[in-house]
Amino acid sequence: MTQIGPTLEHPCADAYDQELCAQVRPPDWHNPRPRPTYDWLVIGAGPAGLTAARCAAALGARVALIECHLLGGVSLNYGAVSSQALIRTSRVYAEMRDAGFYGARAPSSIEVDFPLAMERMRRIRARIAHSHSAADVAALGIDLFFGTARFVSDDTIDLDGNRLRFKKALIATGSRSLLPSLPGLPEAGYLTNETVFDLTTLPASLLVIGGGPVGCELAQAFCRLGSRTIIVHNEPLFLPREERDAAQLLSGALARDGIEMHLNTTAVSVRMENGQKVVETVNDGDVATITADVVLTGIGRVPAVAGLDLEAAGVVFDTTAGIRVDDFLRTTNKRIFAAGDVCMKHMFVDSANASARIAVNNALCRARQRMSTLTIPWCTYTDPEIAHVGLYVREARERDIPIRTFTVPMHEVDRAITDGGEEGFVKIHVREGTDTILGATVVARHASEMINGLSLAIIAGIGLRTMAGVIHTYPTQAEAIRKAAQACCRTYRPRWRRWLQRRS
Amino acid sequence: MTAHLAEGPDHAASAKDVQSDDEMLDRLQRTAFDYFLQCTNPDNGLVADTTRDGAPSSIAVVGFALSATPIGVEHGWIERSDAVKRVLASLNFFMASDQSGSAGATGYHGFYFHFLDMKRGTRVWRCELSPIDTTILIAGMLSAGAYFDADTPEETELRRLADALYERVDWLWMQNDGVTVMQGWKPECGFLHYGWEGYSEALLLYALGLGSPTHALTEQSFHAWTMTYQWEHLYGTDFLYAGPLFIHQFSHAWIDFRGIRDAFMREKDCDYFENSRRATYIQRAYAILNPRSFVGYDAEHWGLSAGDGPSGDTRQVAGRQQTFYGYAARGVPYGPDDGTVSGSSITSSLVFAPEIVLPALRALQADGTAQDRDFIHASGFNATLGHSPGKAWTTTDIFGLDQGMIVLMIENYRSGLPWRLMKRLPCIRDGLHRASFRGSWLKHRSGAHP
Repeated sequence: MTQIGPTLEHPCADAYDQELCAQVRPPDWHNPRPRPTYDWLVIGAGPAGLTAARCAAALGARVALIECHLLGGVSLNYGAVSSQALIRTSRVYAEMRDAGFYGARAPSSIEVDFPLAMERMRRIRARIAHSHSAADVAALGIDLFFGTARFVSDDTIDLDGNRLRFKKALIATGSRSLLPSLPGLPEAGYLTNETVFDLTTLPASLLVIGGGPVGCELAQAFCRLGSRTIIVHNEPLFLPREERDAAQLLSGALARDGIEMHLNTTAVSVRMENGQKVVETVNDGDVATITADVVLTGIGRVPAVAGLDLEAAGVVFDTTAGIRVDDFLRTTNKRIFAAGDVCMKHMFVDSANASARIAVNNALCRARQRMSTLTIPWCTYTDPEIAHVGLYVREARERDIPIRTFTVPMHEVDRAITDGGEEGFVKIHVREGTDTILGATVVARHASEMINGLSLAIIAGIGLRTMAGVIHTYPTQAEAIRKAAQACCRTYRPRWRRWLQRRS
Repeated sequence: MTAHLAEGPDHAASAKDVQSDDEMLDRLQRTAFDYFLQCTNPDNGLVADTTRDGAPSSIAVVGFALSATPIGVEHGWIERSDAVKRVLASLNFFMASDQSGSAGATGYHGFYFHFLDMKRGTRVWRCELSPIDTTILIAGMLSAGAYFDADTPEETELRRLADALYERVDWLWMQNDGVTVMQGWKPECGFLHYGWEGYSEALLLYALGLGSPTHALTEQSFHAWTMTYQWEHLYGTDFLYAGPLFIHQFSHAWIDFRGIRDAFMREKDCDYFENSRRATYIQRAYAILNPRSFVGYDAEHWGLSAGDGPSGDTRQVAGRQQTFYGYAARGVPYGPDDGTVSGSSITSSLVFAPEIVLPALRALQADGTAQDRDFIHASGFNATLGHSPGKAWTTTDIFGLDQGMIVLMIENYRSGLPWRLMKRLPCIRDGLHRASFRGSWLKHRSGAHP
């Protein structure tokens, strides 16, 4: 496996990319003169690093923030923002094709304008970059440095020849794409989930290797934009972490979009033939080949720990699990903390931000906040979306927690019917004999919005029966949650009553 | 072979004739039983998977044939001596079969490849060495062994072979040094790299595998599998979730789960039989709700399960382009659902919920004509393609698995014979005990015959 870093420049170099760069890596930027010592030195200015720098500056600390590439990290420049913009466009084309299903007449011909979709993506990316601009960071009193940092001792870093000393530091270098070791791939060429947004023309055919969240999202988006799309995934179901039903519904949805799916299939080599990439695959011992114009891979992510000379600072790390931290986000050097993808299993912007706040509070305010108490929801932005929060059934059962699930298929929800979005469900897991919500999975067109009410309930300790009393606007898809809550009320039998019934 | 099961003169009465439930069931069961008489190679006891021309044998269908044989004898549909001869042909074939695990062998480690050539008995279609289908085969062998208990040389030999073939199965090997059982093995790639996830027909596999006197599964394997269970409240009912109906039926063809409970069912104050009853009602509730607006779904037309169905071009249904899935495991409530109902899955729920199954069977009889549209024995029929219930698309082939389930489940409803045979076997009691089952007929671990 090879780690690959993002390219330094946005290659399109149109006005929007220039606007973006002016915010996140101003061409005329001059690093400030370093102060003798910083209270809080942050390496990496992605979501976690930016949040940690801002929070510390707000507390009055002297803060240095170092970025080797672009402010905003992968999420802004190559990740969530870019893919969400493209997914939105792809949904429009899908709805145009399915117009009849929604009672509308489909356009007589649908011509996909891929450059237009990408231009919109760049425009949106540049606009959102304004809230992560170098000027704004500097205006907060943060010393922002562009350059490459490495540790030289337990309280000093080297920044391109300059020494910066710190009282406390945060490593927030994020993650890098992970390229599978596939013979012939480097020679044949490939795109990753970062470089795919540099495309200027739509590939006639696209082979996605890996059916995790990002692979599924991009496969569906490109299929809807008109590429012949194939996914090769070496597990029996997509999204191996999610519930089987969610993954199966997604398989059905991707099949309806016309994606060719090869599950339980491993890509073993790539070669070029007649200008196309020929990928050899193995499925239960059966060898086959798939031909495509473009291969998209490198979708897995690994913590970005290379080149930091962590040994010099006494920070223990692992190239796959990242920097070793305790529940308070302290590394093995008590001056140094870590946050975000570089040390966390859950590589999400929201959890990176949450971890950054915890690190600041623990490092600078002598707080004792634990990562393990965080409730982290997540979502795969396919259509339907797949969102989850809290425990999975299996996790609860493995911990000997008796669990009961209230399931509401979206076809029981009026608004899902009127919206033509009946594929999906809400499943809310409660502790057996109580209405304590342990976790939930939502599969629905806007599951990412619906999951937040359930996260709130878990954090605030609101029982599922209480949610039955919350008036949900009608008709909304979130009514599925109220229906689950009502089922919980109807069948609620506390443990003591079951015990009494059994005795009588 | 004929596209549909030929009916003998003694049970060719028109479906429209007024029959008692017992007469109707007798006729359905007999017609299904005839599949095994018509589709077996008498030389090696292998039974065709389907009536399709050139169909290979499925070892699971052989298991159903072996299980059905005692029922045929009890009803006088086959002479006992003829039955013994047929069973012995099967057992002798499997005992002498190539167990090298090579690409063209019959089995390996006591397991067998899923599909075998009808004549040579060797692996076809590069199929997998199948633990679940071997389980059904072995269940049939053990049922026959339990039934043919006479002190004759033939029946003594039959029992010896059945025990030896069971004891030859290296269940523990199928754990591949892991915690749970693998889904299969192939000479080309070794173990398939996925296992059993969620409640399924593997319940029978674990019962037989845990009860093996020679190569038993670890107790931990069953516990680990039940960790993947999902207990869900759906359409107003709590149940151990599985989408396709056959999952709630297969293990119950052999094992009477009434009143016996493992740790999971004790926690949920339920048992697997009651669970299948609830699953049957949930299937019916889904059909009444009919969220995907298919033609013909109602209180008497339900049953989404593994089975054949139409394939080919998509078609406009309720404004959407509906795909058809051919042979697939259809399920409730998330699908796949293309409007295809499995007739045999309804019959196979008879024992769980006769009050809704019998009216459904009557309705299916009224829809079809006995000669050319037999929806009850059909692996799948689809009224959406025919635009009305009576003109439904029907699969042209008869599937052995379906006929086996019909014969066994009707018999469990009528006399409980298949259950009684399995209750006699100490290995079944041991296996269930090791899986933490207690209660009812399991109170005495190796007790007297019930």
